[in-house]
Amino acid sequence: MLPLSRRRVLGGLAAGACVALASPSVLAQAPPRVVVIGGGFGGASVARTLKREDPGIAVALIEPNAHYTACPLSNSVIAGLRDMNAQHFGYAGIEADGIIHVPQKAVRVEADQRRVVLADEVRLGYDRLVVAPGIDMRFDAIPGYDAAAAELMPHAWKAGEQTLLLRRQLEVMPDGGLVVISAPPNPFRCPPGPYERASLVASYLKTHKPRSKILILDAKDAFSKQRLFQAGWATLYPGMIEWVGLSFGGRVTEVDAATWTLRTEFGEHRAAVANVIPPQRAGAIASIAGVADQTGWCPIDPVTFESRLVPGVHVIGDAAIGGAMPKSAFTANAQAKACASAVIALLRGRMPAEPKLINTCYSLLAPDYGISIAGVYSPQNGLLAEVEGAGGTSPLDAPQAVRAEEAAYGEAWFGTITTEAFG
Amino acid sequence: MTRALVSVPKTARRGEIVDIRAMIAHPMETGYRMGPNGAEIPRHIITRLVCTYGGDEVFAAEFFPAMSANPFVSFSLIAAESGTVSFAWTDDTGQTETASAEIVVS
Repeated sequence: MLPLSRRRVLGGLAAGACVALASPSVLAQAPPRVVVIGGGFGGASVARTLKREDPGIAVALIEPNAHYTACPLSNSVIAGLRDMNAQHFGYAGIEADGIIHVPQKAVRVEADQRRVVLADEVRLGYDRLVVAPGIDMRFDAIPGYDAAAAELMPHAWKAGEQTLLLRRQLEVMPDGGLVVISAPPNPFRCPPGPYERASLVASYLKTHKPRSKILILDAKDAFSKQRLFQAGWATLYPGMIEWVGLSFGGRVTEVDAATWTLRTEFGEHRAAVANVIPPQRAGAIASIAGVADQTGWCPIDPVTFESRLVPGVHVIGDAAIGGAMPKSAFTANAQAKACASAVIALLRGRMPAEPKLINTCYSLLAPDYGISIAGVYSPQNGLLAEVEGAGGTSPLDAPQAVRAEEAAYGEAWFGTITTEAFG
Repeated sequence: MTRALVSVPKTARRGEIVDIRAMIAHPMETGYRMGPNGAEIPRHIITRLVCTYGGDEVFAAEFFPAMSANPFVSFSLIAAESGTVSFAWTDDTGQTETASAEIVVS
């Protein structure tokens, strides 16, 4: 795969290869080049949308991994309800679209010369660059919680080995153990995720280790779909899940991974299994490329998704400061489509249209119990703002049949979005 | 008023500098906001926090509308004698909420 891709890259996109530049007539017809960094929901979707909407654009997707491991539904893997292989998606569909998959890591962006430097020092020229790096954990945020501690207290907030580690820890935990989930302050990837995780872990423990308890230590006073979650917990898992918000001393200030201890401002907890979801930031290449600000996230123009810091570079998905839009796969896909339209307009000399974006987040409280939140967003005062009166959440008093339907919708959504992004 | 949390070390050596933390769940409504009906939401804030140690006042603070909801205060004390560290929060309506913890100094 590597030599083939390299050759195609060198012929089509590499700035060092002067094939295209040798002949002025070829130069005049040279197709516009878009390089995408990151093969997750955002990056894969933007690459495919660009190619589908304007096949005349040369699109390269830089992604070192041979396949993507999807986060949505990975809480079901942790709860033993789903096989990890169902979370893997390859890039064959993207390559079949005529997009060049560059199986390498982007190490630098030379924005003034409009080129990306790969790990082997090959440079890819671009007319427009889309950066979709997702998130990195902030291992400097909670004293005691670094990369080594994450091997004992998994975050499992990027799907993969960490997901399986948390699964194994739950499997070997004795009945009666305390599972502590530390939830981060906003903004972070997948706002309902920690609470879905608590629910599905409870569904596993209820059947297999019914004397166990789950404690959620939260750095926030409120969370997504809170009333729906808490009503569901009372029905499905009475007395099993305890949530401690910020104002009740929920913020974890320090951990000691060796002794499975989590400290808050007002107390200390010993866990049998500790799932520490730390604060996050945009994936590393965003800082290297200069598109992340002091918050660690990337300010963007809400119409074009072009960086406010580096011209010619667009940022989508979890890494971007999405205003009111949550960091979700649905959002990344919606932003990818809007960004692709804007990039095509800019490359073809047209005015980008103002987008309307939609997000929906489904969460499972049990295998047959789903809830959702939906929102509509548009650019207002330089940010993506929620359109008033649009969207909403599942009803608080719906019958079980509605919860079962929503669980099925969530599964169907995953099928749709992964097909759209990966083929 | 509602729930208060305090953190005082259970034990300390004489002369040791110890960290004291206190938080109370309170809306700290500024009085500057309007409700959905356009009517002013009346001011409702904690105005004073007093901390005593062995009966002596060791820390006090005036609070103003700029303080956030659920105000959190942290300061240091020198552990002198075993005794009770007490906190009292007083709000606009004159209500007082208290909390306390024991420290053993050796």
